[in-house]
Parts: sequence; structure tokens; C-alpha cells
Amino acid sequence: MAEESYRKEFTKGIFKYNPMFVLVLGICPSLAVTTSVKNGLAMGGAATFVLICSNFIISIVRSSIPKEIRIPCFIVIIAAFVTMVELLMKAYLPPELNASLGIFIPLIVVNCIIMYRAESFAYKNKPLASVLDGAGLGLGWTMSLCIVSSIREILGAGTLFGLKVSESYQPASVMIMAPGAFIVLGLLLGFMNWRKLRKSKQSMKAFMKHD
Amino acid sequence: MIKEIVLIIISVVFVNNFVLSKFLGLCPFLGVSQKTSSALGMGVAVTFVMTIASAITWIVYNYILLPGDANIVAWIFPSIRELGLIEVLKTISYILVIATLVQLVEMLLRKMVPALYESLGIYLPLITTNCAVLGVALLNTTDSPRQLGFLQATVQGCGAGIGFTVAMLLMSGIRERLALVSIPEPLRGVPIAFICTGLMALAFFGFSGMVQ
Repeated sequence: MAEESYRKEFTKGIFKYNPMFVLVLGICPSLAVTTSVKNGLAMGGAATFVLICSNFIISIVRSSIPKEIRIPCFIVIIAAFVTMVELLMKAYLPPELNASLGIFIPLIVVNCIIMYRAESFAYKNKPLASVLDGAGLGLGWTMSLCIVSSIREILGAGTLFGLKVSESYQPASVMIMAPGAFIVLGLLLGFMNWRKLRKSKQSMKAFMKHD
Repeated sequence: MIKEIVLIIISVVFVNNFVLSKFLGLCPFLGVSQKTSSALGMGVAVTFVMTIASAITWIVYNYILLPGDANIVAWIFPSIRELGLIEVLKTISYILVIATLVQLVEMLLRKMVPALYESLGIYLPLITTNCAVLGVALLNTTDSPRQLGFLQATVQGCGAGIGFTVAMLLMSGIRERLALVSIPEPLRGVPIAFICTGLMALAFFGFSGMVQ
């Protein structure tokens, strides 16, 4: 039973509680860094690391954090891990990748997804479950970042992972600039809603027939 | 001097609008832009916090974090003078400054302008996690393209807040109209708000090139 519920803690972040498409949280970085798949992956990895570590630490010390000042405590814990990620990325990743992510790495501190999981999951659950929850949501977010950034990179630059997709395609560079980001995400969210509506209509029909 | 300040304001309100071209502060932008009155209240509160936060984080950056003779901590711990605290304490100190500031503003407003405090309600504490506030503090103190002075940094903070308010007001006007028209069912709510924001961002592209 325990194994089953642990698996559920992990997979719920990928589909049921997908941070970008279902919860619509953490939109600022998901639009700003999705100009290429490489940036999206780096951002997703950094945020996942912070999410797992902060969930783990918060759930270990949760009994000694007074309820009234829990938010400042969470912020300090998250900020410490963000500083770690920032220094690690500066040390090991190529400088142009760091330059293109810019201030959005320190801005992980105010990413709503991390705060949301700290407040609503890690503060109430055991360490192992919190780590799995963080890993699941982080993976879900990274996957959605990859989807958005691959669409934008293919349409806006005509490349994927820096490789040319087609010789004849003339890139529409508006897609890698600000307006393209908003429109792509809007249409993707519309697509997700359309699927959800269709599913609920189908189940309604099946229910009527059964009746 | 005055010319420089006017340029900073124009640049940060129109050309590099925080919401529409830098993707900062999108959560309150989408969350609070349903009604014009609450959009205006949120915009004013954010502008206020951003202005003061820019001023204070500039002081923290130049006199506490940066290495050198001006560093106050170095008077007590001389070893700080060469290294500074910039690498390790920047993010933490900024977020603490902002969180304290928001708490302070909340207390001041409750005591001095209770009517405004009531109308802002839940939005006040949420300013702490508005990435536009931390974003302006970080942008003011990164040295590309050039180091800003105290006055310029404060003006940039205030201008960014004004830009945020302008974008919020425009969006709330659009959303009040959107409530009345028929939109394809899957696009209702957040998706259409995103698409409208995209079109607004496209319109704001018209300002690019006005200021370098």
C-alpha cells in the first residue's frame, strides 16, 4: 500500500497537478526562459533541484517552525538553495547559458510553485513523500517547459536543440520574442481545456447511455 | 540629469515594460486584473513597494554586499573587504528586505490609511512573492550595461511600478469587455487572457527603438 501511495505522490505532479498546464503557476519564468529547449531544460533542472531540497528540509524541520512565521522561514530556506544552484550553475555551465537565464535563476526564490508545495505539502507531510512530491512536480514543470520551448524554438528560430529543422522554413522571430510566448501558452492552455471538455462530454454521454 | 531620468522612466514604462516585455509580475497581472478598481489598488501598492525596495536594496548592495572600502561590515570583519558578500548573500538579503518592507507598509497603512488598507486586503502580503519587485532590485544592481546611481535606481523602481500599473489597467479594461462577448468555450478564462496579453505585447513593440 505504501509503495502505491508513494508512486501516486510522484506521478500526480506530472499529469493531475501539472504546474504549468493545470495549476497555471510560475508563469513568469516559464515564458521568459522558453526561447530555446536548452534554456528550458536548464531552468527546469534548477527549479527541480530547489523544489526537492526545500521540500525535504521544510518537512524535516516542520514541527519546529511556528505557524505565524512559517512564510519567512520558507523563503529563507528556499533562498539558501537558490543561492547554491546559482553558484553551481556559474561554476559548471557555459557562460552563455547563464547569461540567457539571467535574473530568472535568483528569481526562483519567488516562484509560486515552490512556495505552494512548501505551504500545502511539505509543511504537512513526511520527508520521503515530500521529496517524491517535489521530484514529481519538478519533472512535470520541466516537461511542460520543454514542450513550450520546443514549439517556440521550432517556430521562432527554425531549430531544435540548435539543429536546423528544415532548409526551406523561414523562421518567424516574433515567436521567440515576448508576444509569441504569451500566444503559444494561451493556445496550449486552450488545447488542454478543449481536451478536458471533450473528455467530460464523452463521460457524460456514456453515463446517459448507461442510464 | 533631468533628461536621463525622463529617459529611464520612458524606457521602463513603455519600451521595456516589466510585464509585457520582461515577463515579470505575471501572477498578479493575471490574478488581479478582473476589475479596474482592484487593478489600480494593486498597481499603486506595488509601485510604492518597488520604489522603496529599489532605494533600500541599492544601499544594501553598495554598502554591505560589494567588496571595497565603503563596505560597512568590513569595519568589523576586515576580511570582508576583499571578498564582499555579493556571491552568497545577494538573493537572501534582497528577499528579506522586501518581505520586511511589505510587512512595514502593511502596518503603516493599517494605522494611517485604513480605507486603502481595507481595499487592498489579501493583495498586500502577496507583494512579497511578486517577482517584479525582486526583479527590479536585481536588475538595478547588476552591472550590465552600466552601474546605476542611487537616484537612477530609485527612479527605475518607481517607473517599473508605473509600467506595471499601466499594463494592469489596460488589461483590466480588456477583461471587463471580454466578460461580455462570446468566446469559444475552451479559450474562456486564462487562455484568452494570455492571447490578449500577447497582442498587447505586440502593440508595445511599437515603442521599441525609442530609447536605447
